[in-house]
Amino acid sequence: MGAGTCLAIAAGRLVAWGARTFQLGGGTALPGLVALAVRPMLLQELAERLPHGTIVVAGTNGKTTTARLIAELLHGSGYSVVHNRSGSNLPRGIASAFLERAALSGRLAGEIAVVEVDEFALPTVVRALAPRVLVLLNLFRDQLDRYGELETIARTWQNALQTLPAESLLVVNADDPVLTALTSRAGARRWTFGLDDPAIALPTLPHAADWRLCPQCSSELRYERVLLGHLGAYRCASCGFARPSSDVAGRAIRSVVPLRIEVTTDGRAFVLESRLAGVYNAYNLLAAATTGLALGLDPDRLAEQLARVEAAFGRQERVTVDSRELTLLLVKNPTGFNEAIRLLLAAGQHPPTLILVNDLDADGRDVSWLWDVDFELLTGLAAPVSAGGIRSGELALRLQYAGIEPAGRYSGVVEALDRWVATLPPGGRGWILATYTATLELRRELARRGLAPSFWEQ
Amino acid sequence: MRLRIGWLYARTMNIYGDRGNVLALVERCRRRGIAAEVVELGVGDPLEPGRYDLFFWGGGQDREQIAAAHDLRGAKGEALRAEVERGVPILAVCGGYQLLGHFYRPHDGPELPGLGIFDAWTVAGERRMIGNVVVDSPAFGELVGFENHSGRTYLGPGTEPLGFVRIGHGNNGEDGTEGCRYRNAIGTYLHGPVLPKNPQLADFLVAAALRLRGWEGELPPLDDELAAVAHAEAVARARDQERAQRRRWFRRP
Repeated sequence: MGAGTCLAIAAGRLVAWGARTFQLGGGTALPGLVALAVRPMLLQELAERLPHGTIVVAGTNGKTTTARLIAELLHGSGYSVVHNRSGSNLPRGIASAFLERAALSGRLAGEIAVVEVDEFALPTVVRALAPRVLVLLNLFRDQLDRYGELETIARTWQNALQTLPAESLLVVNADDPVLTALTSRAGARRWTFGLDDPAIALPTLPHAADWRLCPQCSSELRYERVLLGHLGAYRCASCGFARPSSDVAGRAIRSVVPLRIEVTTDGRAFVLESRLAGVYNAYNLLAAATTGLALGLDPDRLAEQLARVEAAFGRQERVTVDSRELTLLLVKNPTGFNEAIRLLLAAGQHPPTLILVNDLDADGRDVSWLWDVDFELLTGLAAPVSAGGIRSGELALRLQYAGIEPAGRYSGVVEALDRWVATLPPGGRGWILATYTATLELRRELARRGLAPSFWEQ
Repeated sequence: MRLRIGWLYARTMNIYGDRGNVLALVERCRRRGIAAEVVELGVGDPLEPGRYDLFFWGGGQDREQIAAAHDLRGAKGEALRAEVERGVPILAVCGGYQLLGHFYRPHDGPELPGLGIFDAWTVAGERRMIGNVVVDSPAFGELVGFENHSGRTYLGPGTEPLGFVRIGHGNNGEDGTEGCRYRNAIGTYLHGPVLPKNPQLADFLVAAALRLRGWEGELPPLDDELAAVAHAEAVARARDQERAQRRRWFRRP
């Protein structure tokens, strides 16, 4: 370990200490940014010190939850885990997570790392970390003004896969045709997972489905079964491209709490249970389990560990405000929003719902994606729906076009929270669906008021 | 009264909330007692002349846009051209707008032929033009939307711009024009989607479709209170963004 490395660690840790001491925010990105400026190779150098390597998790939706599931799984299996738990998923955020565990000598207090990574940062991170396992969850349309079109991200990932070491393992969602095509010729050993349950299939491909053409020959893809967005059992009539059989298959899925999946792999069967809800979390759970199996963990012990994991920040998190019990759901893109609505309807509680939409950089400044969300399904919710956030007007108009007259329209996030909560009966329940920065603002305010959040339970 | 809306490449060219435009057309008809039927016209589907009262065409990714350009070679493209000449209204956004011009010239690869309905052409640019847009349109007043395109579109003498940008880039980021108009056809880079927040544009298309059916008169006004709120909100965000950008330029060393 050279002097430059020690200097970079010292600089990063000093910044982290300063940020904490002077309360300049969480310090999840700046320490890494400074340390990488001092020593661009720092991530490589620290990752090489991990005896059990790094697990990298990528995907449009579910990466925070899945990385958390895998980290808890490994922690429960006795490993000391480095993890960018805050969801800060650019190289600087990942470096910050490593710095937290690095001594000035360069020694790392950790045996294995679990890292979630931003879609565009994947090539850089794969090159730096040379991951032992790369988990690919899904690719959906997300913040077009920031990420561009889906094909652009797919090309970025293609580049990342080319630098993946041959001895790495790939854990891939077989239900996503884009990922199947991307990884079909990769050198690394591929573990595929998928959901095999016609009972939870959607009647048709949703409007927001992103991939309707065969990724190999551009003919129309035929779906035998659609499970979520463009995920499902697909086949191209013209070139024969089709969903591969999955190494780890989930069946008989119960998507409300307690979530339950029967898993079969290599002639063995076991059951996964979780306090997380929704079909999207069934995918996250199966991805984590597949990663565990790929690492050689025992299925039953793995299931036991996964059952204990609680929701990540703002994802099905439950808080009490003025005696009202609120459940927070993060919504970032059409497919994720559709799944939140699906969960809302499946939960069958029909509480009043507040939707908060911001259009800051981290949310995507373009709100046209709201028109691709199937708000029409919310007419099945026997409860009032209100709109808030910076773009509450756009949202209210969208709701009206969906046949839902908004019960209230509030500007801002905190103001919306207080005025909406006041309309709920004391002791009553409510759901809040919020975009990324609205969730952050909400969480900051709840923390300021000392409302220690209790997690989702039922 | 019934109207039939032909939604070109509905399944493949719809990535920017374009469904909202079709929703706005259908709903604004319904509120006035006009039944609007939507027919999706995908790759390979025939376009029968005289069958449609109005067309909508959205934006898509490269792969989908190329598939559409190939599909419109020959009889189908000719039919669409004849319909526009007859006065059938069409709204084409982004990718659809580009293909109504003479051609789209990418960085590399072959030129993508357009229908040449608009005297306009598009050349791939280096920089993507992204952000909120406010347009002053001589015919439609203040229009607001969001643009996200790298193609630069230039207008020839045979067509007129939809309007002039007050905030944003518009057709090419150079000449201040946004969109274009020819007969009852409108092309624009504004998505957002454009019609719900600019209902006067939706009503222009509906009225043009009705007039072609021999109807004369004025469309009864609707309660557009929420549309006005959403419109004003989008204009305010465009101003915020412009201010933030100016600050960024100012701070640049």
